Amino acid sequence: MTRDVPEHPDWLWSSPEPKRSYDVVIVGGGGHGLATAYYLAKNHGITDVAVLERGWLAGGNMARNTTIIRSNYLWDESAGIYEHALKLWEGLEDDLGYPILFSQRGVLNLAHSLQDVRDSVRRVHANRLNGVDAEWLTPEEVKEVCPIVNVSPDVRYPVLGATYQPRAGIAKHDYVAWGFARAAAAMGVHLIENCEVTGVEVADGRVQAVQTTRGRIAAGTVALSAAGHSSVVAATAGVELPVQTHPLQALVSELLEPVHPTVVMSNAVHVYVSQAHKGELVMGAGIDPYNSYRQRGAFHIIERQMSAALELFPIFARAHVLRTWAGIVDVTPDASPVVGTTPVDGLLVNCGWGTGGFKATPGVGWCYAHTIAHGEPHPLNAPFSLERFTTGALVDEHGAAAVAH
Amino acid sequence: MLLIPCPWCGPRDEAEFHYGGQAHVAYPENPAALSDEEWARYLFFRDNPKGRFAERWNHTAGCRRWFNAVRNTATNEIEAREVTA
Repeated sequence: MTRDVPEHPDWLWSSPEPKRSYDVVIVGGGGHGLATAYYLAKNHGITDVAVLERGWLAGGNMARNTTIIRSNYLWDESAGIYEHALKLWEGLEDDLGYPILFSQRGVLNLAHSLQDVRDSVRRVHANRLNGVDAEWLTPEEVKEVCPIVNVSPDVRYPVLGATYQPRAGIAKHDYVAWGFARAAAAMGVHLIENCEVTGVEVADGRVQAVQTTRGRIAAGTVALSAAGHSSVVAATAGVELPVQTHPLQALVSELLEPVHPTVVMSNAVHVYVSQAHKGELVMGAGIDPYNSYRQRGAFHIIERQMSAALELFPIFARAHVLRTWAGIVDVTPDASPVVGTTPVDGLLVNCGWGTGGFKATPGVGWCYAHTIAHGEPHPLNAPFSLERFTTGALVDEHGAAAVAH
Repeated sequence: MLLIPCPWCGPRDEAEFHYGGQAHVAYPENPAALSDEEWARYLFFRDNPKGRFAERWNHTAGCRRWFNAVRNTATNEIEAREVTA
């Protein structure tokens, strides 16, 4: 038997012992943390960088998301950062020299009520003004793009049309993380797993170091990128964040023949569906309502999501659920992220991506790296400051952020 | 699914309840006197601990009354003795 087992493939990154000090410590080795490290090295020549991950690389939300990539948000600020991300996605495979299975199969955001239609058409116009590809499709046109959607008028929430972004799509989340990790490590970044940050040391209003399960590590800049645990880490530095941590569930079916050519999302009935390259249907729901750090949600949320999916896609009735899981997501009051400085010098924060951080991975990595390198935000993440909750300049994306924030 | 001990109806499925977030957040006595920072704090900032959390629930599909509970957000265990009407 053992003779048939192939050799272990080459490791994509090395696992060095942590040094006692780095110019930059990134807390969180998910997609955002890895992309940030990559662009720090590539765009800014900063390579004395450690990415500290409490588990294994990309084992949190990067392993748990539904891999949808799009940039059709309503407001100019969001269009800026998400469209920047989408443009980076379009060249990422070449840039990283690593396959990421980025497939621009388009996304349909369905409208089920007159108000949905008005909001959606408004968003299409807003997208176009921002140079984001967007179309309004009638139910018949929806059927042409995705023949398995039920556009019959005699269902509880009939499809009245949809917005369509042809350049949207999906990618293979693991490969994206591995591509960033491999490229960052090759430029000298230390990727350190099994290293939980238990505290951030601050003296005279300036960050000094992080305490970790593998000892104290001094740092010139500490850049948080810890998703659902952002509040916990920031609190050790005395920084409060306007986020609440919730479970967000998703599921996959068994492997099926290709039946679903695009990505379909519906705010009103709370489900989003695509079919992964391997063939499983990938579906996500809205968040579980209560605060929790358990990567586990309630089954009635899944049941609701499945009933919505079945009404939209009667063909799925005989499909079996293979597995369900949850990630814990940090949700802000305006459904937009916080990326920028904090009241503590040298402590930066990237959090609050809620249910939709994956699509932004290269874009936020690019902008967060700039923020770290220059000590002030890139123009594309400047609107997503912590101060906006005081000034009132919120970026309300509850409509375009899809489901249940 | 959580089993939530309503102080009036006893333990019921989570699906019967509506979540109300952090408990004991009082409306400011004199909102006009608050600075922008203080108002932002009242409006947008809530505790988000990994551990014990005092929170509000409404038994919407039962007695329709609000109550407070203390739940551990790391384990989802509700401390029955900390459920108050």
